[in-house]
Amino acid sequence: MYLIRRFEEEAARAYAQGKIGGFLHLYIGQEAIAVGAAAALKDGDTVFQTYRDHGISLALGSTPEACMAELFGKDTGVSRGMGGSMHFFDKANGFMGGWGIVGGHVAVAAGAAFKAKYAGDDSVTLCFFGEGATNIGGFHEGLSLAGLWKLPIVFICENNQYAMGTPMSRTSAIQDLTLKAQGYGMHGDRFAGYDVATVRERVQQAVDRARKGEGPTFIEIETYRFRGHSMSDPAKYRSRAELEERKKKDPLAITKSQLTDAGMSLEAIDEVEEAVEEVVSAAVKAADAAEPAKEEVMFDSVMATKLGPKNREEAEV
Amino acid sequence: MRELRYREAVREAIAEEMEADESVFLMGEEVGHYQGAYKVSEGLLARFGEKRVIDTPIAEAGFAGIGIGAAMTGLRPVIEFMTWNFSFVAFDQIISNAAKIRQMSGGTIDVPIVFRGPNGAAKQVASQHSHSVDPFYTNIPGIFVVMPATPRDAKGLLKTAIRCNDPVVFLEGETLYNVKGEVPDEGEEELIPFGKGRIGREGTDCTIVAFGRPYYETMQAAEKLAEDGIECEVVDPRTLRPLDLDLLVESVKKTHRCVVVHEHWPYGGPGAEIVDQIQRHAFDWLDAPIERVGSLDVPMPYASNLENFVLPTVERITDAVRKVTYSEKK
Ligand SMILES: Cc1ncc(C[n+]2csc(CCOP(=O)(O)OP(=O)(O)O)c2C)c(N)n1
Repeated sequence: MYLIRRFEEEAARAYAQGKIGGFLHLYIGQEAIAVGAAAALKDGDTVFQTYRDHGISLALGSTPEACMAELFGKDTGVSRGMGGSMHFFDKANGFMGGWGIVGGHVAVAAGAAFKAKYAGDDSVTLCFFGEGATNIGGFHEGLSLAGLWKLPIVFICENNQYAMGTPMSRTSAIQDLTLKAQGYGMHGDRFAGYDVATVRERVQQAVDRARKGEGPTFIEIETYRFRGHSMSDPAKYRSRAELEERKKKDPLAITKSQLTDAGMSLEAIDEVEEAVEEVVSAAVKAADAAEPAKEEVMFDSVMATKLGPKNREEAEV
Repeated sequence: MRELRYREAVREAIAEEMEADESVFLMGEEVGHYQGAYKVSEGLLARFGEKRVIDTPIAEAGFAGIGIGAAMTGLRPVIEFMTWNFSFVAFDQIISNAAKIRQMSGGTIDVPIVFRGPNGAAKQVASQHSHSVDPFYTNIPGIFVVMPATPRDAKGLLKTAIRCNDPVVFLEGETLYNVKGEVPDEGEEELIPFGKGRIGREGTDCTIVAFGRPYYETMQAAEKLAEDGIECEVVDPRTLRPLDLDLLVESVKKTHRCVVVHEHWPYGGPGAEIVDQIQRHAFDWLDAPIERVGSLDVPMPYASNLENFVLPTVERITDAVRKVTYSEKK
């Protein structure tokens, strides 16, 4: 969790320096969810997330070097500089992507769960999205099919209170989102996501159920993003006081006090934090030094069948 | 005349039409309280209230449909897509419904609706957020497709669009919102008709047809070429459906050479349509095959070095003009 936090703080700094372009959606404040959920998985499971994808990618085991390099648009990035912040992919670690169109990946994730059922393997899929996504058609069709076919998937709605600048009171007629999933015949669960152990335990229950063939679960997890929707959002729609109040439930602070309560010394925590500092600054250095994204990768990666253009001349008209 | 930014020109058009006609309303994501994702609708909520400046959930197919139904029954919706990339989830509403209703109903039901928002690549927002959607929408009979490059054109054409009794796809430029340009003074109403292009720069040696974002690269290319004595005529069709064929043909008859510049991918689209129409209507006047400059035929990559490589550049435009005018680089 601390790695994700520090990784993103450095990413924000690099963004301000112009080393990162495009949209940068930070996960700061929500880290307990990615880390807790990832801990409930085993090899062979797959995960789909929105554009707010750095946290889960790191939690699943992507290296900070490859993640930072992706943000810097480098060839050594998780998506070789093709995807950027919103489109991390790390197949080896089960991460099937950061997706840019709200709701667009929900049915796709159900498709990965369909594969597990079809092939008769016992893998499970996790699909993350925000509360804003529960209003779009793609969400409903994905859940509808997953419920109908009892697919081994867990839908995790990270309710961070705002869809861009709009609070849920202005986007949804109901405030308990598990009611939406109920109509699709799936299990529902709903809890606060500030304590990483709780997240792990509750997601584990849903994952186990899916693995046993008992169908999908929809989980609504209460959380809060400390930064704006993306770097370009000054978040004027919420008050300073609200933010400060919410920061009292910072999952990192909660974990830290749990660790000291359990007998971990402050020095030992410092050591962990220092190690993270080194990893993150090494990632920034490596990303700085890496080769920029490559033309041939851009052309070759479009299709598996190599019949497309291979250079500018062929790609012109 | 005064100077306005493109975003202000769009805002003025919406505000003036809302002022003039109670049945006009604006609907979309973050158009109200947030003041617009790109600040186009800034201040409109305060001015017109929540009844007429309506924030929606993320539900493009839903609010596009709401707009169409409201238009069928007498309102004049202006539906904002936060960007045109997100119109794809509402594509069915536009192609199967908005564009078909009038003929399907034997001409009895009008659909006076405007779908608008920023189109095209921005800066490093990668493949799912970088579409120039004009090729998809220009293929559809039953709708108008407008793609203004300048603030003045944006304002005058949007006013026409809102008053139009048919569906209009209005493609603004995500990277053009800060562009400044002359716009008629307040009180001097200008309605720019559909199907009428504009000469951006006069010239005798080569016609360059350009619309949307690369209109600006084209104007720069024309200035560069002028330094070498090649005088280009830049023609902006402004509406892509219908096209101002007369203006295009007239220009080509004068210059005998033509390059078409567009942001969209090379396969088909208005770029190819323009070439086809010109070669059929001005074949005898052409002294060289028509060239095209567009984005390269790949999904847009994230990395900035590659994004700049994929988008049409001044250099590729000048190269194309040199090719059709058989002139060497000096
Ligand atoms: C179909 C579609 N419409 C609009 C957008 C623009 N957009 C990106 S994120 C976002 C808000 C999403 O909010 P939520 O689902 O709650 O997730 P969060 O960003 O809070 O994690 C919007 C409107 C989009 N990407 N896709």
